[in-house]
Amino acid sequence: MRHGKKNNHLGRTASHRKAMLSNMASSLILHKRITTTVAKAKELRKYVEPLLTKAKTDDTNSRRVVFSYLQNKDSVKVLFDEVSIKIASRPGGYTRILKVANRAGDNAEMCFIELVDYNTFTTTSETKKVAGKKRSRRGSGKGKGTPQAVVTDTATATEEKAAE
Amino acid sequence: MAHPKRKISKTRRDKRRTHDVCTPATFMECSNCGTTVLYHHVCTNCGYYRGRQVLAVEIAS
Repeated sequence: MRHGKKNNHLGRTASHRKAMLSNMASSLILHKRITTTVAKAKELRKYVEPLLTKAKTDDTNSRRVVFSYLQNKDSVKVLFDEVSIKIASRPGGYTRILKVANRAGDNAEMCFIELVDYNTFTTTSETKKVAGKKRSRRGSGKGKGTPQAVVTDTATATEEKAAE
Repeated sequence: MAHPKRKISKTRRDKRRTHDVCTPATFMECSNCGTTVLYHHVCTNCGYYRGRQVLAVEIAS
């Protein structure tokens, strides 16, 4: 019986799955955002978040433990030297999954998974302002509170700035 | 080997299929550009999600 066995095998053997998740985790750490299917992203989240937590204590042992999962010197270095500083104050929940349109070809549910603390889009925001859009992208912030109200507040703030 | 004794009548066939219904996907309007988007999905037109720019999208003209 498979009661309580919640892991998605993703149609792969254990070794194939492990290798794929390892590669995806390295890519996520190096690129901060990767595009993949929703199922893979949800499995990757379970794989990579404990590694990010482990990276908060920078000693030889934790580096070796993390390396045993990632098998990639570059990503381990980036993780311990850059990412761990960014995520130091965050108590878990380092990744965000945002669904995008289904893939053309097989209609798979696609998404991107990203590191929350690297989520910056300044250039796009500038272009938006040039195009005359008043809405601020920083509206709802990180929280899941009342995004609508905050959005209107910042929108009016930008309008006031524009008026000045 | 066991075989069907009779052809399934149109009524029986259609009665069986009464539960084979597909529910259409539900859509909402993007809060930024007003195009139709799926719930819980990033707007593919402007890259907004929950009132925030999350995806760099080239703006047409």
